[in-house]
Amino acid sequence: MSDTKRFLYVNRKAPHGTIYALESLEVVLIGAAFEQDVSLAFLDDGVFQLIKKQTTTGIGVKNFAPVYRALGDYDVKKIFVERESLEERGLSEDDLMEITHEDDDEEDVSSVEIVDRARMAEIMAAQDVILSF
Amino acid sequence: MSTLHTVNKSPFERGSLASALAHALPGDAVLLIEDAVVGARASAVKTADLIKAAMPACKLYVLGPDLTARGIPSTDVVDGINIVDYPGFVDLVADHDKTQAWL
Repeated sequence: MSDTKRFLYVNRKAPHGTIYALESLEVVLIGAAFEQDVSLAFLDDGVFQLIKKQTTTGIGVKNFAPVYRALGDYDVKKIFVERESLEERGLSEDDLMEITHEDDDEEDVSSVEIVDRARMAEIMAAQDVILSF
Repeated sequence: MSTLHTVNKSPFERGSLASALAHALPGDAVLLIEDAVVGARASAVKTADLIKAAMPACKLYVLGPDLTARGIPSTDVVDGINIVDYPGFVDLVADHDKTQAWL
């Protein structure tokens, strides 16, 4: 049996109002050291975490949004965003920041995949461990 | 592979129950705990209908001590929702491959 487990980090809250989004990102970065099969899911208000051009200087908190773009360097390459959650909030893929990783040919490719709710349910079901934020 | 979904916030305050039910697959179980137990009342038609719609495919549970703490008698709970105690909660966790918390 393989030692590698499938981990899914589920993000369902908007950033900055609570600590959930930052804490999730911290755990993802720490967990990346353990070389597991990691995926991230963004649904419900969690989709707001990936909006581009977040500027937090006016509210006096750390802007951790740029860290998402470094996930590829930590071998986190699978980021699933739920289409219905975007649409319900008047958002589209164009509103999201670009997050990429290097493929086998050292080309930058997008890590973000927009999936519908049914597919998101399947992705969740396929995991060994789910960590909720 | 089946999942136990736990919901711990009131469906009148948050969308986490609706989201959990929308992502639960046939054979999964959904357990209402803490403030989420207020969503198990049959007389709250909107949330009761949401739960009933999920029930053919999924098993629904509510934690009895949380109902009692909030003065909700078992007779007020939507028909078909199973009331469990803490050992029953443990059994549910053990009987499923994983647990997913809808915070």
